[in-house]
Amino acid sequence: MTENITLTIDGQQVSVEQGTTLLKAAQEIGKDIPTICFHEATTSNALCRICVVEVEGQRLLQPACIVKAAPDMKVQTRSERVMRARKTILEMLASTMDLSDAPAILTMMDEYGARAERFPDAERREVEVKDDNPMYVRDYSKCLLCWRCVQVCASDAQYTFAINFNGRGYETQIGTFFDKSIPETTCVLCGQCVAVCPTGALKPKREFLLEQGMSPNEISVMNTGRKRRKT
Amino acid sequence: MSDTDTSPSLSASLATLHSAIEQYIPLGRSGLLPALHAAQKIYGWLSEPVAAEVAKSLHVPLADVHGVIEFYTLFYNKPVGKRIIRVCTDQACALKDADGVLHHLCSHHGIEPGQTTRDGTLTIEASPCLGLCEQAPAALVDDQAETNINLKNDSYGLGRPRSIVGGSLRLLTANCGSGTTSLEKYGEYAALKKARGMKREDVINEVKASGLVGRGGAAFPTGIKWEGTAKAEGNPKYVICNADESEPGTFKDRVLLLDDPHRVIEGMAIAGYAIDSHKGYIYLRGEYPYIVPALENALSEARQAGYLNEDFDIEIRLGAGAYICGEETALFESIEGKRGFPRVKPPFPTTFGVFGKPTIINNVETLCNVPLIISQGSAVYRQIGTEKSPGPKLFCVSGDVAKPGLYEVAFGVTLRDLIVMAGGMANGQSMQAVLFGGAAGAFATSVHLDVKLTFEDLRAAGLPLGSGVVMVFDETHDMRDVLKRLGHFFAHESCGKCYPCQMGTQRQMEILNRIAAGNMIEGDLQRLQDVGWTMMDASLCGLGQTAASAVLSAIKLWPEMFEVRKSKSLKVVNAKKKVVAKAKVVKAKAKTKSVKKKTSKAVKSKKKSAKSKSKAVNSKVIKSKSKPKKTVARKSAKRK
Repeated sequence: MTENITLTIDGQQVSVEQGTTLLKAAQEIGKDIPTICFHEATTSNALCRICVVEVEGQRLLQPACIVKAAPDMKVQTRSERVMRARKTILEMLASTMDLSDAPAILTMMDEYGARAERFPDAERREVEVKDDNPMYVRDYSKCLLCWRCVQVCASDAQYTFAINFNGRGYETQIGTFFDKSIPETTCVLCGQCVAVCPTGALKPKREFLLEQGMSPNEISVMNTGRKRRKT
Repeated sequence: MSDTDTSPSLSASLATLHSAIEQYIPLGRSGLLPALHAAQKIYGWLSEPVAAEVAKSLHVPLADVHGVIEFYTLFYNKPVGKRIIRVCTDQACALKDADGVLHHLCSHHGIEPGQTTRDGTLTIEASPCLGLCEQAPAALVDDQAETNINLKNDSYGLGRPRSIVGGSLRLLTANCGSGTTSLEKYGEYAALKKARGMKREDVINEVKASGLVGRGGAAFPTGIKWEGTAKAEGNPKYVICNADESEPGTFKDRVLLLDDPHRVIEGMAIAGYAIDSHKGYIYLRGEYPYIVPALENALSEARQAGYLNEDFDIEIRLGAGAYICGEETALFESIEGKRGFPRVKPPFPTTFGVFGKPTIINNVETLCNVPLIISQGSAVYRQIGTEKSPGPKLFCVSGDVAKPGLYEVAFGVTLRDLIVMAGGMANGQSMQAVLFGGAAGAFATSVHLDVKLTFEDLRAAGLPLGSGVVMVFDETHDMRDVLKRLGHFFAHESCGKCYPCQMGTQRQMEILNRIAAGNMIEGDLQRLQDVGWTMMDASLCGLGQTAASAVLSAIKLWPEMFEVRKSKSLKVVNAKKKVVAKAKVVKAKAKTKSVKKKTSKAVKSKKKSAKSKSKAVNSKVIKSKSKPKKTVARKSAKRK
């Protein structure tokens, strides 16, 4: 049934099944294309654009996470344009948000020679930590808007629809209906949003408290929704 | 205000809401924007209980409803004044002292832009382009257009905006310039009648043969679009008229829809027949509320005459303040009741459009060409214009020309011709630059005056035709201020979905602000270019891909404007400017007392400020072909 497609990635020929994305095709020959918003479990929206590659004959760079391999395609994963776009996106991210809990992105920055201080005097997205429920803490200063939490809360997994977006453009932020606290929303505390968050913007309450210097015993006393196992 | 809305009388008042949104309930989520508009009409803003009730009625999750309200700037989830004045501060109006108008109004009422008066009667906001550029400075007072605002003699027009139409052709604009054309005056839909007597594929072939390409900016061949939609699998199929005209400097669709709605409707009906569609939408930008009654009336005339019926009918959808919704896939999302996020393409609208169904989406002007093509045949149509750019074209001429307005010409006239048609330069000044194609366009200078206005010639000159914007700047303007406003526009209008545009438009704005203020930092030019190229190369949709287009063209034309040294030396000059600006404010304040209520309903003397300023074409500029670019820019810098 499935036909194989042969294409060239960085001068190297590769044969893949029809329907394979460029991201997967590159992985097959051991070429890593960086990703941020991409997650196996969520719908790919191709919005971080860090995975862009140069495809011969295309005016614009193409997101490897969704563009499918086609016969005789010629792909460059590290051309000058690609490198400039990736580096600039990373530098803009660093000037926008707190990446301290996103080691994968910090590593990426080193790899691409992206400088965190590239944009001086840039307005940052800084928000107070929202600690309003027993299960997780929301620190949107660390949010890079990958959309995964909104997706798993909605039709990618849980169908809970507790969160959506506030504002738009640079001012976009994850939010609830009229900024209500999590217990006041339809949230069922399933924790899937926390699981898919790449930057520590959503963090289990316990982890958060441990980081704040509290001991496991102190935390247990707080009754954070976690029941102590019976001995 | 909020007190009354959350009081016990709420349940009684929610009954009013129910009857107002009842008709949208069968639409489900797709009814969300119309329902929110209806609710806001009752309460003035969208409070939590009102939003919750809308959500419940339409079965849309609460968080999603909130997300939608937050996305569109014309929806408010905080109390606003009973009356809202939105003063356009985009480019064409800025040239006519829109900032002065805004500050004057605000200081008169003792508030800052974006604030509401204490008594809750009035909110004043700065607004992106309102599509009234040829009658600048302009504002939107609730549902009425306020045009040619003149602080000196306290005159302005209020209500339905006038249409100023000219040019060497009157085909698309045949019925424009003297009020809304009734069906009686428009006459029978002869082209539709003819089309319905033809085979569907023949109608498509005729449009293909005409060489018509989209007039919204992307210039995609219309016939190919239709053919793709006709052949696509999936039913029903839709026809959408993209009337979300929001490109700064563009106002052609406003004139066409307001003055000659039947031409658009006939074009849509022909498209509907060609692809066997039964449903059309006109997605009208929220800043054109005064067009709705004219359009609704025309639709009902067309229904009564039997042109629209159960085989094909059209629904109006009103946007709510989002430039991005002019992007076709974002427009679909908006019709579906969602935030206007553009989708990744492919799939393209021809196969996966609104509601995931095959969809034709065409710009207003494009559709207005269709009756012309069908009635006279593509061969006759092709005699207009050039071989590669056939047909008539509308240009929105604004800025420092003597007679700004909508000009219809055949493709192939030169930029100089067009400016001459528009009365030449105003006030005897020389031309410094032309913003071509809108905010997403590029700058031209006097060296481009003899470029022919065709797709092929413009492409060769590196200028985009875009939506037909020709915004003219004389030498007295500081182009850095122009760039600053462009930067602000895109930062305000980015949807926030893809990273290059979401953060790039913000960083671009910050750097352009520094340049305009004379505070450039070492490396800003490189930053600006890296951000610009990254947006152009890697953004998800056309907004991000063109958000740096004008800036990058300015860097090429006026490199010295982006030099740190020069920009710093301008600081002194800028300090002077501030003093002048302050003096202006003082003057304005002094005037306030004598000025009566600016917002009074009465339509005051509509005398436009046209002091018949030197109509004479500035022969110096129009004739002199090449002015060394550098001197032009330097001169402007010095003047400031």
